[in-house]
Amino acid sequence: MIGVLQFPGSNCDLDVMRALVDVVKTDAKLIFFKDQDLSGLDGLVIPGGFSYGDHLRAGAIAAKMPVMEEVKAMAKEGKPVLGICNGFQILCDSGLLPGALAKNTSMKFICKWVELGVANDTSAFTNLYAKGETIRMSIAHGEGRYFCDDASLRELQDNDRIAFRYGGSNPNGSLDDIAGVVNREGNVLGLMPHPERASEEILGGEDGRKMFEAMIDYIKSR
Amino acid sequence: MEQDIEIIVKLKEGLLNPEAKTIERSLNLLGYKNVSQFDTERVFLMKVDAPSAKEAEKYADEMCRRILVNPVIEDYTIMVK
Repeated sequence: MIGVLQFPGSNCDLDVMRALVDVVKTDAKLIFFKDQDLSGLDGLVIPGGFSYGDHLRAGAIAAKMPVMEEVKAMAKEGKPVLGICNGFQILCDSGLLPGALAKNTSMKFICKWVELGVANDTSAFTNLYAKGETIRMSIAHGEGRYFCDDASLRELQDNDRIAFRYGGSNPNGSLDDIAGVVNREGNVLGLMPHPERASEEILGGEDGRKMFEAMIDYIKSR
Repeated sequence: MEQDIEIIVKLKEGLLNPEAKTIERSLNLLGYKNVSQFDTERVFLMKVDAPSAKEAEKYADEMCRRILVNPVIEDYTIMVK
């Protein structure tokens, strides 16, 4: 059973549910952040949106809610945790992933399809892609400029922790064109692009589907 | 005793502040060619009930480290008034 964590202001929760339940045909349920008991779950998705209205910083308030301690425990147990867009911002602000997402250099909210280069093909979410492969997903964010200090960047580069890089032009000014990063163990991924919006041909592409399929394979293999 | 706290949060030096750049460019466009190094920061104001100014500052610092500031991209200064 995969949980889809809802905070006040999450708005991609039902899109992720559709991708999981209807597209890749797995068991999933919505979890309201106040429920706090995540012990029965095999994996978790923190969907996109504007949790707490993006007040303070995007993802900052959700990142400090008590349920995040449960999410950290899940990650520590090796269960797969996926943060999409606002979910990525929440994972960074909670310390589960390094770095932060600052305002796009253009100051604009950018909503468009982008090309992504697969940089890591070994994590729980990326092992069905091939390293160097170019895939397409859509982005929709105002604060997606990935930033971290030099030591963290080297650590990410040296340990194959950059999952995806923007291909073509960098849309938001991210350091090293970073679109997504994984934790050291490869069971926590955060990315700004939306795989759930690229999981069916009718949406304009289905390159995101493999991410959910890889997550399911990983759960089965544990 | 209620202590007035002011916290100033700003982007770390060297990190591009696109909002400040945009405002600076528009000031230059309006004819203020003598404006440079324009910057923006955020100010948080609050009252903290604590026995002393030092205690109040300690609470404020804890709040900054816990939620108000993201140390990856921001620096902060606390003032007890």
